[in-house]
Amino acid sequence: MTALLETKGLKAFYGDFQALFGVDITVAEGETIAIIGANGAGKTTLMRALSGVLTNAPDSVFCRGEAVGALAAPDILARGIAMVSEGRRLFPSLTVEENLMIGAYGKRRGAWTLATVYDLFPILKERRANPATALSGGQQQMVAIGRALMANPDVLLCDEISLGLAPVVVRDIYAAFPRIRESGAAIVIVEQDIGQALKVANRVYCMMEGRITLSGRPEALSRAAIHAAYFGAQSHDHS
Amino acid sequence: MTILDTIVQGVLLGGLYALFAAGLSLVFGIMRLVNLAHGDLIVLAAFLILVLVNGLGLNPFLAVLIVMPLMFIAGYALQAVLLNRTLGKDVLPPLLVTFGLSIVLQNALLEGFSADSRRISAGALETASINLGAVTIGLMPLMAFLSAVAVIVGLNLLIYRTALGRAFRATSDDPVTAGLMGIRPRQVFAVATGLAMAVVAIAALYLGTRANFDPTAGPARLIYAFEAVIIGGLGSLWGTLAGGVILGVAQTLGAAVNPEWQILSGHLAFLAVLLIRPRGLFPRAVD
Ligand SMILES: Nc1ncnc2c1ncn2[C@@H]1O[C@H](COP(=O)(O)OP(=O)(O)O)[C@@H](O)[C@H]1O
Ligand SMILES: [Mg+2]
Repeated sequence: MTALLETKGLKAFYGDFQALFGVDITVAEGETIAIIGANGAGKTTLMRALSGVLTNAPDSVFCRGEAVGALAAPDILARGIAMVSEGRRLFPSLTVEENLMIGAYGKRRGAWTLATVYDLFPILKERRANPATALSGGQQQMVAIGRALMANPDVLLCDEISLGLAPVVVRDIYAAFPRIRESGAAIVIVEQDIGQALKVANRVYCMMEGRITLSGRPEALSRAAIHAAYFGAQSHDHS
Repeated sequence: MTILDTIVQGVLLGGLYALFAAGLSLVFGIMRLVNLAHGDLIVLAAFLILVLVNGLGLNPFLAVLIVMPLMFIAGYALQAVLLNRTLGKDVLPPLLVTFGLSIVLQNALLEGFSADSRRISAGALETASINLGAVTIGLMPLMAFLSAVAVIVGLNLLIYRTALGRAFRATSDDPVTAGLMGIRPRQVFAVATGLAMAVVAIAALYLGTRANFDPTAGPARLIYAFEAVIIGGLGSLWGTLAGGVILGVAQTLGAAVNPEWQILSGHLAFLAVLLIRPRGLFPRAVD
């Protein structure tokens, strides 16, 4: 069976600097995948390659078997892959509602509409006419997630949605995930919060220095193995 | 001529300047591109209207309806084929390329239409006026002003009420993230330049019916447009109208004192506004 989304030997470069050294991941229909790893491990670079922001790995990214590594972001979106970028990246010139509506610019029909997104995050409806960047961090993250959902994606990529948010706010946001899963979308979450990642994911990949160092089902992974894969063998002794 | 009449004529002239400037303002607001060939493109459109009016005997208002879509296509192609390639972190390439385009256009127009100065005839409308006692309003200047208001209302509706307008604003904010929404920034830029050129066609009608023009008339129109945009504040179309009006009133007041002071007093008003408010009167809040 061909995977919904897959990378094979994915390498990425920023000029001379190599950020990914042959990354292999697969995402199946309806699955929730977590990608964990310390700062600088290459998680965001991987997300950029999957979403079409980086387009220089033509033979390493596949969507339903089709090589899509050279396609630009709008073409990737047309294949059902939407991303919640690191740092949210809302459009400051647009209101909350306009930010959500622009998520549907690609016109993929499905269960997610303004009404269902407001149902998922009711606070956004109250604040719909506000400039998006006038909202609290947690609310802005809800806009970012809602905006990606408006494209009715088959795969939702979420890059560090809990970054900089208070634990209660993070809990509220993750509370929306079961309903997102019910809509049929596969989810790829990038997290530094290992506990949160292990709780929601069917499968986990751990990255370090541009490589996948561990993968498997959360219940099958020991704490020690995750720790080694996350921090590297040397720092294992220190903690 | 009373002072009131002078001011009214200046306001109406400001409408023409706002028409010169609206396309420039739109394009700058969306892609931070300053098109130095803008004035020459107005003159090009004026010659196109002239050809239809003189060659086919069309009414100039009908001719402009034909030239608008032609200019839209020309603008779209210009952006898609040439100007998109110049956009990037460096601000110099678009300036150099549009400066070159300005020279190419002027020479091509000289080649095609000679250096003679021309005028688009609007028939009886040219001299028609409304007499309000102390103030006499020419019909053509009034229509130019109302066209400017209509263009700005229309562009603002487009920008703030439509999916395309949201795409304009989003792309202006953050083209990478706009791409993740399915927006193709280069295509959006091409549509924006196409729209700017359709507005240029309207400006060309009033340029060509108001006074004589020749192939070298572009750069001065660019300066007026530029001053109107800067006075109004970058990115605000109503600001651009206000900028045009300030420029127009300054010019007619200057001319009332001494006809040779018309152009100079416009530039002085521009400098005065820049001194007091370097970012213009209505700068965009988000930048
Ligand atoms: N735009 C960029 N230019 C140069 N180097 C970059 C750029 N973005 C990321 N990097 C480098 O690539 C490596 C991986 O970064 P990133 O993918 O952002 O990691 P993570 O998301 O896991 O924190 C880091 O060493 C980072 O410094
Ligand atoms: Mg990151």
